[in-house]
Formats: sequence, C-alpha cells, structure tokens
Amino acid sequence: MSAGDIFFQQLINGLTIGMIYALIALGYTMVYGVARLINFAHGEVFMVGAYLGLLFFLFASDLISGAGKLFFFVPIVFIFAMLGTSAIGFIIERFAYRPLREAPRLAPLITAIGISFLLQNLIMFIFGPTDKHFPHLMVVRKFSLGTVTLTNLQIFIALVAVILMVVLHIFIRNTRTGKAMRALADDLQAARLMGINVDRLISIAFIIGSALAGAGGVMFGMYYGTINFHDGYLAGLKAFTAAVLGGIGNIPGAMIGGLLIGILEALGAGYWSSEWKNVFAFFVLILILLFRPSGLLGSRIVKKV
Amino acid sequence: MKFKQAVLNKLVPFLFTVVIFIFPLVDRNPYHIDVMVSAGIFVLLALGLNVIVGNAGILNLGYAAFFAVGAYTYALVNLHWHIPFWIGLWISALTGTIFGMLLAFPALRLGGDYLAIVTLGAGEIVRIALNNLDTITGGPNGLLGIDHPSLLIPKYQFGVKSEPYYFLVLFLILGFIFVLRRLESSRLGLAWNALREDELAASCMGINTAWAKLSAFAVGGFIAGVAGCVFAGKQGTISPDSFDFVVSVMVLAMVVLGGLGSIRGVILGALILSLLPEFLRRFEIYRMFLFGLAMILMMLFRPQGILGEVHHREEFKKRNKSR
Repeated sequence: MSAGDIFFQQLINGLTIGMIYALIALGYTMVYGVARLINFAHGEVFMVGAYLGLLFFLFASDLISGAGKLFFFVPIVFIFAMLGTSAIGFIIERFAYRPLREAPRLAPLITAIGISFLLQNLIMFIFGPTDKHFPHLMVVRKFSLGTVTLTNLQIFIALVAVILMVVLHIFIRNTRTGKAMRALADDLQAARLMGINVDRLISIAFIIGSALAGAGGVMFGMYYGTINFHDGYLAGLKAFTAAVLGGIGNIPGAMIGGLLIGILEALGAGYWSSEWKNVFAFFVLILILLFRPSGLLGSRIVKKV
Repeated sequence: MKFKQAVLNKLVPFLFTVVIFIFPLVDRNPYHIDVMVSAGIFVLLALGLNVIVGNAGILNLGYAAFFAVGAYTYALVNLHWHIPFWIGLWISALTGTIFGMLLAFPALRLGGDYLAIVTLGAGEIVRIALNNLDTITGGPNGLLGIDHPSLLIPKYQFGVKSEPYYFLVLFLILGFIFVLRRLESSRLGLAWNALREDELAASCMGINTAWAKLSAFAVGGFIAGVAGCVFAGKQGTISPDSFDFVVSVMVLAMVVLGGLGSIRGVILGALILSLLPEFLRRFEIYRMFLFGLAMILMMLFRPQGILGEVHHREEFKKRNKSR
C-alpha cells in the first residue's frame, strides 16, 4: 500500500473508533457542563455497557439461531445496554457524587476511583478475568473503494453514532431540559437563580451520558470482537482526552475531539507503530492545549478580580 | 483544652514514631516488614505529591512518571556505570527534579482540569515509552540485576532482607518531614499557599507564580526521584507495570483521603490505603471490591480528608458553586 492509501484506510478506521470515543466523551462533557465534575468512573460505565450487551446475547441466544437473524436483535441489544448503563449512571450520581456536592473539589474524584474498582471487580466476578468473545451480531461484508476497504460494520457504527448525536443535538437545542442544561453550562449561579432544578439536571446529564457510553460499549464489542473488564480504563482515558481536546463542557467539542483522537491514533498506528499510537494522541493533545489552553472549541474564561 | 491540644499535636505523633521504630524488632515476620517498606515508599510518594496538590493546589494525575524517572535513573546508571546506590540516590533525585520542572512548563500557561490532563498525558507517554524503548529500558520485561544498597563502614549488604530497607525508608521519611515542615512555613511555602488560594491575587501581591509552580513540581519530583531509587534498589528489578496510571491515582487518593496539605494526614492516608488491601486479603477475590467500597465510604463521611484542614474545605466549597 502506498502512503496515500494508508492515509485513507487509517482515516476510515480512525473515524470508526473515533465515533465510539465521541459517544463516551459526550458523557464526560455533559456531566462537566452541568456539575463541573470529572466523572472518572465513566470509562467503567462504558465497559459495563459492553458486558450488558454480551449478557443480553447470552440470554437471547437460546431463542434465536443463525447470525443473519441476530441482526434484528441489534436494536434490542442497544436499548438493553443503554437502559442498564443509564440506571448505573443514575445510581452512581445519587450515591457517590450527590452527597459530595458541597465537598472539596477532589473528594468526588476519590469516590469515582472507588466506583471504578467496584464496577471492574463486579464484572470480573460475574464474567471472569479473561477476554470475552463478543458475538457477531451481523455478517461482516467488506466493500472495496479503490485500494481501501470499508466494512458494513463500520458503516453501521458510524450511522448509529451519528443518529445518537443528532438526537442529542436536537434534545439540547430544542427541549426545555436541553435549554436548562445549556444555561447551567453557561452560568451555574444565574441558572440556579432562574429556578432551574440543578439536582434534577445533573441526574439527567448522568443518565444521558451513561446511555451514550453504553451504546459505545456495545459498538466497541461489535467492532473488536472481544471485551475485557480492563477495557474501560484506556477507552475512558482517551475519551476524556477527547473531551478536553474539544473543550470540556462543550458538546460539539466532544464530538470533534473524539473523532480527532480516533483519527490521530489510527494515523499514528499506520505510519509509525501501533505501540506508539497512544503517545501520538497524547502528544498532540499536549501541543494543542499549549497553544489553545481551553481546548479547540472551549470558550476562553476571562478571569475577573 | 490547651493541654489536650498539646497531647494531640506532640505526643501522638511521637508515640506513633516510637511504635514504628520498634515494630520490626517486635514483629519479625519478614512479610509484614516487607509490606511496611512498600507502604513507606508510598508515604514518600504521598509526601511529594502533597507539595504539588496539597500545598500548591495543582492537580497532578501523572505522578507515577516522576517515580518511574527516579527508579529507571538509578537502574540505568547502576547497570551501565556501576554507580553505587548512595550516589544513585542523588542522581535520581536530580533527574526527578529536572523532569518535574520540565512538566511544570505547561503549568505556566494552563490551569485546573486542563493541566491535570497534561500531567496525565505525560504520565502515559512515559509509561508507553518505557514499554517500547526496548534497547534502553528493556521494554515490558524491565531491567534486571540492579544492585541492592550496601554500606562500606561497617561492611553491610542490604541484599533481599527487609529490615535495612525499613529503616532506610523510615529515615528518609523523617528527613523529608523535617524539611517539608520548614518549607511549608518558609516564604516559598507561603507562596504555594497563596497560589493555591487565588493565583491572580497572588501575582498581584508580587508573588512570582511561575517560580512557585516550578519549585512545587521540582520538590515533588525530587521526592519521587528518591522514592523511585529506593524502590529500584530494594526490588533489584523494575518493569513499567509498577508505574502505570493506577499508581498515580492511588497516590493521589492517599493525599486526598488523608487531607490535602496536612503532612500527618497524608502519611496516615498513605498507610491506610497501602495496608488496607493486606488486611482485606482474607476476603480474597472480594478484596478490591471492598477496597473500592471503603474508599467511597471514607470519602462520604469525611470529604475534607481524615486530617484535612478546614480552610481547604472553605476554599473548594466556593469554587464549586461559582465560575
């Protein structure tokens, strides 16, 4: 393959994984927008989403046979995983973060780490510490576009991710709740004075963010074919990086940041080596932050005395 | 009331130190002493990170990289040039300091959560580099055959025994407590506090905030370098696994749990979090599950940390609401 072909091939691969990062990053950024809190347990919620998808399949596999028919179950798998993770997100917020709303800023960080340990070990008890095979929910077909190949799975992932993001966008733009969320992200104090129920909105942000992470988890399982209880950590780290890259608290920023991180690491893996791909992503992040200290789309905070 | 305060402030730490000193003479189980040595290394790390996070108020999520720099420095200078441990200790401290100052440069421009992610990214870069620079660092297998410390007069080999490391770490901790207490009440320590409370106001009062940040990272790097060197000298082998993100997070958890900015609190936090898994060992596979639960509960009941100072609570309370 020529250098140009590698570029386009890695661009496609990077966009696919970037879609998944973007979905996770949205959870980080939405929570940060309304609660000024980095939800460090979010990566684990994503991982639990993947396992919930697997769990549903294990129950459903008795009812159905043949990989072709499985495809009809895909929407149900997604809905099941998303409902499950949004419940987990709600519970995490209610019991680990809400009591600490007035506490020092770093206190919720520690409970988040505790939650991460809890979720990781819970999954390890139930499913075991080894890699789990994630069932093929669809027959993978390859399409050739010149010298680059594209699979129907990649198209499917991109399509579902885009649909979810568009729905989120409409929700944020056009509903009362979405408007209240934007108001909170803009100015917490003023929004509170206008009678916005902050607790309720923070819960909603956690529910929506966790649902998106759950969807991302199922996609991750479908794309890579195996899942492990450790997967949440690195994916969460990269999605968090993506959220910061785009400007934390900024919803379109998280989408762009996720895609950028995905593309960057895929290009790093293609041209350099796959071991160094994470270095590449972090290095670019540090460079961008040095020149644009509040992320790509983040608003500059003017300090007032 | 005053008497009670004096007892709490002077007598309790003194008795605690005495107990720690005679512990290896009473409990001769080498495993227990070994656990205490690792706990002691974590105490060193927590003391160092406390300067950056607790005193200067800069969130650092990549502290394991500082530790790694110290450990790999001693390992490399020892393996290539046979430099003995006691000189390696100073070289490790120096490279730790330099690494800290390098990482502080982004800190001059960035603040808050953005800075945290830069330290996190730098930590990951160091870990991945250690894993992949096979010719220098030995890749995932790490470096083997690092010399244990030894004394010339009297002639004594530390070897794989636990007690000498126990006292080495103990003396280092006491030394750093002495220095850090002095630093805290020095001009520099007060500058750190001012930086933590309000950076803009601090610079208006004529404090060189750039220097304050650089020096906080330098001191943190120095201590982590020393801790890394001791770790490498004790283990004899090091690999990148010992320096991953979880280590950074655990040390941060020790600092926050014990109480930001409180030297005693930080030591207590480090001891609790590094000894708790040992006490939970009988629960086997539920160990880490219970550990996570314990972290949540401790934080819910005492959000400012076990020995946290009240002014931290006040400061962070306000920040959460406004902005």
